[in-house]
Amino acid sequence: MNHDRYPDAYIRGILDSVKTIAMVGASAKDVRPSYLAMKYLLQKGFDVIPVNPGQVGKELLGQKVYASLAELPHPVDMVEIFRSSEHAGAVVEEALALTPPPKVIWMQLGVRNDEAAERAEAEGIQVVMDRCPKIEYGRLSGEIAWAGVNTRTLSSRRPTLSGTGVQHLSLRKPKSSPDE
Amino acid sequence: MSEERVPGFSTLAIHAGAQPDPTTGARATPIYQTTSYVFDDVDHAAALFGLQTFGNIYTRIGNPTCAVLEERVAALEGGTAALAVASGHAAQLIILHTLLEPGDEFIAARQLYGGSINQFNHSFKKFGWNVVWADVDDISSFENAVTPKTKAIFIESIANPGGIVTDMEAIAKVARRAGVPLIVDNTLATPYLCKPIEHGADIVVHSLTKFIGGHGNSIGGIIVDGGTFNWSREGRYPTLSEPCESYQGMVLHETFGNFAFAIACRVLGLRDLGPAMSPFNAFLILTGCETLPLRMQTHSDNALAVAEYLSDHPKVSWVSYAGLPGDRHHTLAKRYTPKGAGAVLTFGVRGGYDAGVKLVSSVELFSHLANLGDTRSLIIHPASTTHRQLADAQKTSAGAGPDVVRLSVGIEDKDDIIADLDQALDKID
Repeated sequence: MNHDRYPDAYIRGILDSVKTIAMVGASAKDVRPSYLAMKYLLQKGFDVIPVNPGQVGKELLGQKVYASLAELPHPVDMVEIFRSSEHAGAVVEEALALTPPPKVIWMQLGVRNDEAAERAEAEGIQVVMDRCPKIEYGRLSGEIAWAGVNTRTLSSRRPTLSGTGVQHLSLRKPKSSPDE
Repeated sequence: MSEERVPGFSTLAIHAGAQPDPTTGARATPIYQTTSYVFDDVDHAAALFGLQTFGNIYTRIGNPTCAVLEERVAALEGGTAALAVASGHAAQLIILHTLLEPGDEFIAARQLYGGSINQFNHSFKKFGWNVVWADVDDISSFENAVTPKTKAIFIESIANPGGIVTDMEAIAKVARRAGVPLIVDNTLATPYLCKPIEHGADIVVHSLTKFIGGHGNSIGGIIVDGGTFNWSREGRYPTLSEPCESYQGMVLHETFGNFAFAIACRVLGLRDLGPAMSPFNAFLILTGCETLPLRMQTHSDNALAVAEYLSDHPKVSWVSYAGLPGDRHHTLAKRYTPKGAGAVLTFGVRGGYDAGVKLVSSVELFSHLANLGDTRSLIIHPASTTHRQLADAQKTSAGAGPDVVRLSVGIEDKDDIIADLDQALDKID
C-alpha cells in the first residue's frame, strides 16, 4: 500500500467492514482528538474499547477502560493508535501478538511509522497512517462538507441518511435503497 | 465517478460539493433560507457547539447552501477547505484577524485593488495590524520588508486595475524563508486561468462578486485554505497552535490538521465578527460558477481582441494588458495564465481628463459603473469617479491618472464590443 495517498475505496472498505475498535491512547479530556474521535465513532455505531493504563478501572464515554491490548475481553477488528510515531511501533507489536490479530491497524493523523506498518502488512493486516477516522468518515459520508471541507469526491447519487435524528449521514447504504 | 480518476476543471465547476439533496433528492442545490437548525437533543447540541461532530447550528457560522459553494471553490482552487463570507473585504478581514495580533505586520503589494489599499492603510491600522508596502516589480522590496513582526504576505495574482501579473513563485520563496503564509487574491484570474496554490500560495481569497459569480448580481467573498502551511512549527500563530479558550482548550491545528485555518476562520472569525453570506447569494454565485470556464475563456479572448484594437487606435496613447505580446508583463502572463490574461485592462486616451469623461459619456453597450467581472462590458474613468478625491499627483501614482480608462471586457460578441468603443472614441475631439 502506498501510505502517501490512499484510494477512497480502501478507506471506505475499512470503515464499512470494521465493527469493533480498540483505541490505544484514548483520552478522558473532552477536547483531545482521541476523545472526539471515540465519541464520533460510538455515535456512528462502532463498538469502541478505550485502552489507557492511566484510566484503568474507569469508564470513558460509558465504555470500560483497559490497560493494554492483551487485556481486552474479546478480539477486535481494528486497533487505532493515538500515540506518537515512535511509540506506535510497540503498540503494533502488541497488536500482532493478539489471537486473532486485528484485521486493520490505523494510526491517527500525525502518526506514521513505516517500519511498523511493513511488519503488520507482512502479516496480512491492512494499515492506515496519518489519517483521522472521524475526518475520513465525515469526508466519505459527506457530513464534513457542512464545514466547507473539500471531500475530493463527486457523486450524482443522494447521500445516505443514517436514519436517526437530523444531520447524520451514513457510509452504509440501506439494503432496499432505490439508489442501488 | 471512478475513485482514482481526477475530474477536470469544468466537471468540478458543475459538480464539486453538490450531491442531490439527501431528503428530497432535489438536483439543483436548494436555497436553505433558514437562520437555525434543530438539535436532536441536548447532547447533539453540545457536540455541535463543542466542534465534536459535523453539522449546522446557525447560519452566521455555516449554512448548507453556502457549504456547497465553499467545497466548490476549494475544489477548483485545489485547497483543503473554504469559508464563504459576505464580501471579499470581509474575507480579508477574517484572514488577518486569524493570523495577526495587535502590533503585528503584514507585507502587501502596492499593486492591489484600491479598496484593499484603503482597508489595509486605514481600517486595519485601527486594529493594530500594520501594513508594509512592497512592489511586485521588485522582489527584493518584499525581502527587505520582512521583520520579526511579519505574519503574512498579501498579493494579487493578476493585479487590479493595470493588467499586472505577479511573479507568485518568487514571492512564495520570500514567504517560506520568512516562515509566513502567502495570501493571494485570485479574483481577477479565477482558478480557471491560474491556481495560486500550485505556485506556492498558502491561502487564496476571492471577491466572488466578480468572475466566479460572474453576473453582477451578488456580493460575496471566500477564503480558501491551501492546507500547505504548518501553523504549529514556530508557535507564531497562537490562534491555531495554542489551546482555544472559547472551545474549552481545543487546539485547532491538532484537531483539524490541514484544514485548520479554514475552520479557525469559521468558528472564531466569522462567529465573532459576523459577516455571513446570505444563502440566496450563495445560490446565485453557485449558478454562475457552473459556467466559469466558458465565461472566463470568452472574457480573455474578447479582452485580447479589444487590447489589440486599442493598440492601433490613433486616439489611444498606451494599453496595459499582459495578454499583449510586448507588454512588460507578457512573459509572466504566459507562465502563470497561459489560457489568457483575464478581462480587465487599462488604456490612456489622448486628450486627458476631458477625453476620458467624453469617452465614458459616449458608450452605449458598455456600462459606466465601478464593478468588474460581469457578463456585461464595463467601463470606468477612475480620475472622475473612484479616485476623484485625490490630488493629480496622487491619482497618477495610484495608476488613475487623468487619461486612464479601465475596461472589464464582457462576453458579448467581440465585434459589438469593439464597435461601441469605436463610435465612442470617434466622439472625442
